[in-house]
Amino acid sequence: MARITELEINGTRRHLDADSDRTLLSVLRDDLALTGAKYGCGEGQCAACTVLVDGTPTKSCLTKVGAVAGKRILTIEGLAPSAHPAGQPEGKLHPVQEAFLEADAMQCGWCTPGMILGAVGLLARSPNPTDAEISSGMNGHICRCGTYPRIVHAIRLASKKAAKKGAHA
Amino acid sequence: MTRREFFAIVGGGIVVILIPDDSDAQESGGGARRGMNQRMPEQVSAWLHIAEDGSVTVYTGKVEVGQNARTSLTQAAAEELHAPIASIQLVMGDTALTPFDMGTSGSGTTPNMWPQIRKASAAAREMLIDLASQKWTVDRAAITVADGKVRAGERSAGFGDLTHGEKLARTIPAGAALTPAGQWQVAGKPVEKVNGRAIVTGAHPYAYDVHRPSMLYAKVLYPPSFGARLAALDSAAAEAIPGVKVVRQKISGQREAGADLVGVVAPDPSTAERALTALKAEWTPVNGQPSSKDVFAYFKQTAQNASSPRLDLAAYTVAYIAHVPLEPRAAVAEWSADGKLMVWTGSQRPFGVRSELAAEFGIPEDSVHVIVPDTGSGYGGKHQGDAAVEAAVLAKAAGRPVKRNWTREEEMTWAYFRPGGLLEAGGKVNPDGTLAAWEFHNYNSGPSSLGTPYRVADKHEQYHRTQSPLRQGSYRALASTANHFVRESVMDDLAHSVSMDPLEFRLKNLDNQRLRNVLTAAAERFGWSNRKRRPGRGFGLAAGTEKGGYVATCAEIAVTGSAVKVVRVVEAFECGAIVNPEHLANQVEGAVAMGIGGALFEHVDFADGQILTNRLGRYPVPRFADMPVIESVLLDRKDIPSAGAGETPIVGVAPAIANAIFDATGQRIRCLPLVANGLPALSAPSAPA
Repeated sequence: MARITELEINGTRRHLDADSDRTLLSVLRDDLALTGAKYGCGEGQCAACTVLVDGTPTKSCLTKVGAVAGKRILTIEGLAPSAHPAGQPEGKLHPVQEAFLEADAMQCGWCTPGMILGAVGLLARSPNPTDAEISSGMNGHICRCGTYPRIVHAIRLASKKAAKKGAHA
Repeated sequence: MTRREFFAIVGGGIVVILIPDDSDAQESGGGARRGMNQRMPEQVSAWLHIAEDGSVTVYTGKVEVGQNARTSLTQAAAEELHAPIASIQLVMGDTALTPFDMGTSGSGTTPNMWPQIRKASAAAREMLIDLASQKWTVDRAAITVADGKVRAGERSAGFGDLTHGEKLARTIPAGAALTPAGQWQVAGKPVEKVNGRAIVTGAHPYAYDVHRPSMLYAKVLYPPSFGARLAALDSAAAEAIPGVKVVRQKISGQREAGADLVGVVAPDPSTAERALTALKAEWTPVNGQPSSKDVFAYFKQTAQNASSPRLDLAAYTVAYIAHVPLEPRAAVAEWSADGKLMVWTGSQRPFGVRSELAAEFGIPEDSVHVIVPDTGSGYGGKHQGDAAVEAAVLAKAAGRPVKRNWTREEEMTWAYFRPGGLLEAGGKVNPDGTLAAWEFHNYNSGPSSLGTPYRVADKHEQYHRTQSPLRQGSYRALASTANHFVRESVMDDLAHSVSMDPLEFRLKNLDNQRLRNVLTAAAERFGWSNRKRRPGRGFGLAAGTEKGGYVATCAEIAVTGSAVKVVRVVEAFECGAIVNPEHLANQVEGAVAMGIGGALFEHVDFADGQILTNRLGRYPVPRFADMPVIESVLLDRKDIPSAGAGETPIVGVAPAIANAIFDATGQRIRCLPLVANGLPALSAPSAPA
């Protein structure tokens, strides 16, 4: 069986030894201790497992690890590395993370890492989305606690923050 | 635990031990005691520790499942300690460190634990003043505490300056005086979620994420249908896989999947999966179990206390639904060499899980340590310790720590469900619009909020226990949704029968002022009296009360062909003094969002002992596209003690939508979900019950 021995995750080359047909989600969580990507369904219905692969939101529960060899994988732990406790716990958050906190766009938080990465991908495609575009763009994500309107608000906030930053740049 | 043991665990400083009002009065002494071998009181509801470095830790057996208890309880401590939010840590749901707690359920955290933590914090503040008074030899009255500093004139000290070198414990009764809601500084304010940063960075380790050194991964073999018994097992192929151990063991506790626990453990999850697939099992099924189609007749057949109806009653049905917590059940179990068990699991009842484990292994409860990390939601669905028992049995057999994470399919098959129900109800109304008679029967779904809040002298209301083919249990607001759905649908019909406006009709028959207040507030924000009738649009409202909260919901729906879309929901909610307005609004909005699923389409299909809706692809839950505009109107009653808010806001959603469908189409739909397969054709009978 083909094996994967190296992945580029969060800007770092990580060495591992995994069957290429294992899911990216399992390899991240069980082999590399990157548990920010969550299992919610294993069938691509909830998107709690979303990571960015070459910048595109990707359901890691349906993605074979063999398919992402040589690609750039970004997990929630790498979105604002200095803010993660593995970095400096008080480090700066990504604007989308800040917006989720500001809008209180979560309850239990299980869907949140996937939501945030989905939102980062959405804003990269469409920097100034309408509420309807946010809603349809994020419709693959489930928040069972029902914070959807707050997530829409958070993504709009993040979009405004980015626009402001861009205007000042 | 003695005080010496306690201080040995937490270090020096000062500690406040809060005992409930109903425990032995002798425990409710006052003054600080320095006797180190005095036993801790048997009944303790919370304790609070200020360490020698001044850091504050509050210990409570409640757990955080997304309802923001961690934040609200931190606010409680900050309010009375006069200390910054960031200086306070909460240890929650840890059976070795926190006092016993029955469980995080019934919207009990805010009315019960929240004031207790405030009382413990107020007492700790007084102890700090005592210490400052002794150290500085100044009068207590000259000492103030603010922003985490104790001050008297020119003197100022951090908490740690005062607690350093101390080992003081004070036991206080729960009856201590508290800051009135009108004077709150930190409570009642929109404090940001205290664990928010850990969540948005992915750093928070949920039970599903827990990893222990040398840990093995487990899979469990479940029967192909409920009640099926294991007839034969061939595990040779599984055992031939390197590193795999197959365990077959009788379980003494009640277990839906039967008394035989068959599991595999392996060094990694994919090997465990392969081993599970390699097991060859033969099962003896149980035949003749009711299906989701005939279960309502089954409720009637198996009902207790059957009675003949006095009025004309309409029959309503309510489907079983699933909680679908996005984090499925999970546990990691680890045995120590001296026979002690440690388990990390997501649960609403850490101490209940501890009891289950102690009973399963016949060991004392204090040999079992259960830790509940903040959990990926529960909604009433995580009361039992199934995953914990599985992990512990397999860990014992393997002699290594074992992780047992449920799959989504296991979660949607072997967890318990919100009960289905058959309800029969009817009323009579006088020509002037006053209720003349009321009759209400609930078969199986439960008695929560069974009693009508409306004024009616002649009433008969009854809950009938029945048998349930599915494992059923608690759910957000329990049967209150079913009972409100039916009551508020019948009330709507009665209003229609005397050509009265639904709001006017309810107010005419309602004495309870708090319920009247939310009805009026919701209707006003919604623009009920100015609503514009037009084809394809409908407006409905519903109101009710549950667990000390009062709710009124107004819904606007759009009908296109057979499709129903909820366009706008306004919900007014009042639960006494508001603890955190932002988090309360979030709970109300979330309950509306979740309620839309159970109202419109969520339902568990089952037949021949199998759950057919066993995946999210087969059991849709609300998504972004299902969301209406949701507006919450929060009434703040600072004169009334705070009640919980995690459940009650869901109960008005289904009836408000049902009444809006009636308004738009003239069809009275008497089942939940209302439109699982779209609206019934207009010529078809509207009551499928």
